[in-house]
Amino acid sequence: MSVIVDHETRLCVSGITGREGTFHAMNNRDYGTQLVAGVTPGKGGQDVEGVPVFDTVHDAVAETGANTSMIFVPPRFAADAILEASDAGVTTVIAITEGIPAHDMLRVYTHLRRGATRLIGPNCPGVLSPGKANVGIIPASFFSEGNVGVVSRSGTLTYQIGYEIAQRGFGNSSIVGIGGDPIVGSDFIDVIALFEADPETELIVMCGEIGGDAEERTADYVAEHVTKPVVAYIAGFTAPPGKTMGHAGAIVSGSAGTAQGKAEALEARGVRVGRTPTEVAAIATETLVAS
Amino acid sequence: MDLLEYQGKQLFARHGVPVPQGRPAATVEEALAAAEEVGFPCVVKAQVQIGGRGKAGGIKVAQDAAEVREHAGSILGMDIRGLTVGEVWIEEASDIAAEYYASIVFDRSAKAPLLMLSTKGGMDIEEVAESDPEAIARLHVDPLIGFQDFHARRLAFAAGVDADVIRPLGALLHRLYEAFVAEDAMLVEVNPLIVTRDRQVAALDAKVTLDNNALFRHPENAELRNPSAEDEQERMAKERGLTYVKLDGNVGILGNGAGLVMSTLDVVAQAGGRPANFLDAGGGSKADAIVSAVEVILSDPKVTAVLFNIFGGITRCDEVARGLIEAFAQVQVDVPFVVRLNGTNEDEGRRLLAEADLPNVHVEETMLGAAARVVELAGGDGAGGVQPVPESAGMGAAGESSTVAGAGEAGAP
Repeated sequence: MSVIVDHETRLCVSGITGREGTFHAMNNRDYGTQLVAGVTPGKGGQDVEGVPVFDTVHDAVAETGANTSMIFVPPRFAADAILEASDAGVTTVIAITEGIPAHDMLRVYTHLRRGATRLIGPNCPGVLSPGKANVGIIPASFFSEGNVGVVSRSGTLTYQIGYEIAQRGFGNSSIVGIGGDPIVGSDFIDVIALFEADPETELIVMCGEIGGDAEERTADYVAEHVTKPVVAYIAGFTAPPGKTMGHAGAIVSGSAGTAQGKAEALEARGVRVGRTPTEVAAIATETLVAS
Repeated sequence: MDLLEYQGKQLFARHGVPVPQGRPAATVEEALAAAEEVGFPCVVKAQVQIGGRGKAGGIKVAQDAAEVREHAGSILGMDIRGLTVGEVWIEEASDIAAEYYASIVFDRSAKAPLLMLSTKGGMDIEEVAESDPEAIARLHVDPLIGFQDFHARRLAFAAGVDADVIRPLGALLHRLYEAFVAEDAMLVEVNPLIVTRDRQVAALDAKVTLDNNALFRHPENAELRNPSAEDEQERMAKERGLTYVKLDGNVGILGNGAGLVMSTLDVVAQAGGRPANFLDAGGGSKADAIVSAVEVILSDPKVTAVLFNIFGGITRCDEVARGLIEAFAQVQVDVPFVVRLNGTNEDEGRRLLAEADLPNVHVEETMLGAAARVVELAGGDGAGGVQPVPESAGMGAAGESSTVAGAGEAGAP
């Protein structure tokens, strides 16, 4: 088992004919992901290295039975592409695009939450279920199958922590990048609920950062609903207030959203927080060995 | 992107939010000309993005041209809590009967715009929220429905505003919401929102934060500038398309990916150092981006050592190494560099660095080892201004050597 993507995933890539879209779509296919379609308006009927391209997601779903969409289109067109995928009946949309306007995402989020489509991202590295499927840009070669579920707002930092866990001999059920924007389709709680229900996952690592209150809310959720051990990391202790630290959502506003506040909220609810990526890996593996 | 008061008021005016008449001025002569247009008495207001302008002497009423000359002369160039005043706003004086507060916040927690209204305006709203939370009426608006008249009525009655201004206040809030959505704002705040003696409402101040990601559809906003808030390195980085934030320490930092860079700043601080900057070279960092980044980092005279912390995914370590070698060929480098490369093509990256044998470049195996090394090399005043992060028991892998089992993943095309 794993979460969100697996052997059942039938992937359609919006923006497959772009340079980045082609590169990562092919990487995902090489990994073993069932890549069934691509969409680029006006290029229907063509193919990208054997993958059929359609003008609309609706055509792609009708012709290929695609159930998962990866969004690789530029920011100004991305909200529309997400809504199109949802409207076409795709059940999971994974949006990699960085730089989508926050108000666009507010409308997309509000609409999708009233329906059945799960959105991961945007501004995320995607989802990897080792040995099964990779949808996005996570460098799969560092990760193997295992029992650690990882959910993170960041990309490379996740690879760093996952890599340190791998060095200690453990693998992953799934690695889920939820994205670094102020509004993301799924938050820690959504993904942790999936890991809690996933029999393969025995321990959950969550990787948060400054900005917003998703980590604080997750602390309460974990205390009340999660039986599996959760280990956390929070980035941005040294971030000054009022400055956006790379990710659009990584900003301390006044006294809200600090790393210290998040770490304290998690620890107060019994979640162990590692102070470095290395320490997180150490706590995670120590917990797994003990259990 | 934070706007100056007058930029915010001009934005409000475009959407029909009532604001007093005014003109910006960057010199005393411009201030005098502006005052002649606006009329007397007028107010000379320092344009810096910081609270407490009035207390600092940055807001003065002028009865005539001589007073405009005097006040503009003293305010222009004034330092207000570290910011130099480069512009003043000359505004018609208002006849104030009451001071309210109104704002719309992009509430990322509730995933909806949050409207707030209070009759306790003109003071620090965080203090009001603390001492008298009931005095602030709050309401979320469904982003798919937008602002409706009933929202205005609910807020106005809950806040207890004077009955005779409920209608004009509702109209103001409606236009404020339109401005919030149409301009892709993350925050619009009016404090004070005034009621005049002839029972009109107007925005006497404006605090506006815009979404940088939406500037592509607002070219007129993208051109707005605030010279007093711009740092030299930040301006330089922006021109080169780099994500850079200036900090106040002496350890220059470069990494790939926002989360990893934030984490790198933290481990450097934990090792007793003070980061000089945040710099995310981004996914797929190419050699020329690395050269640009080194130039920006080294242009900060406080930097005494630099840490490169790279975890290669899309980014290839050999490309980063080539960039560093190229930077040493193009830029005068007088400080030590510590380089930690893990991930895609790490062996090739390290081999290139070993071959180039750059002066004073130290390769470390782990992130924690690299942080300790760069702090040692940076010297200086150590952990002075950084809040220490408590260590807990599980730590202790610093300096541990590492190898990547399967670093054969394909790089960027």
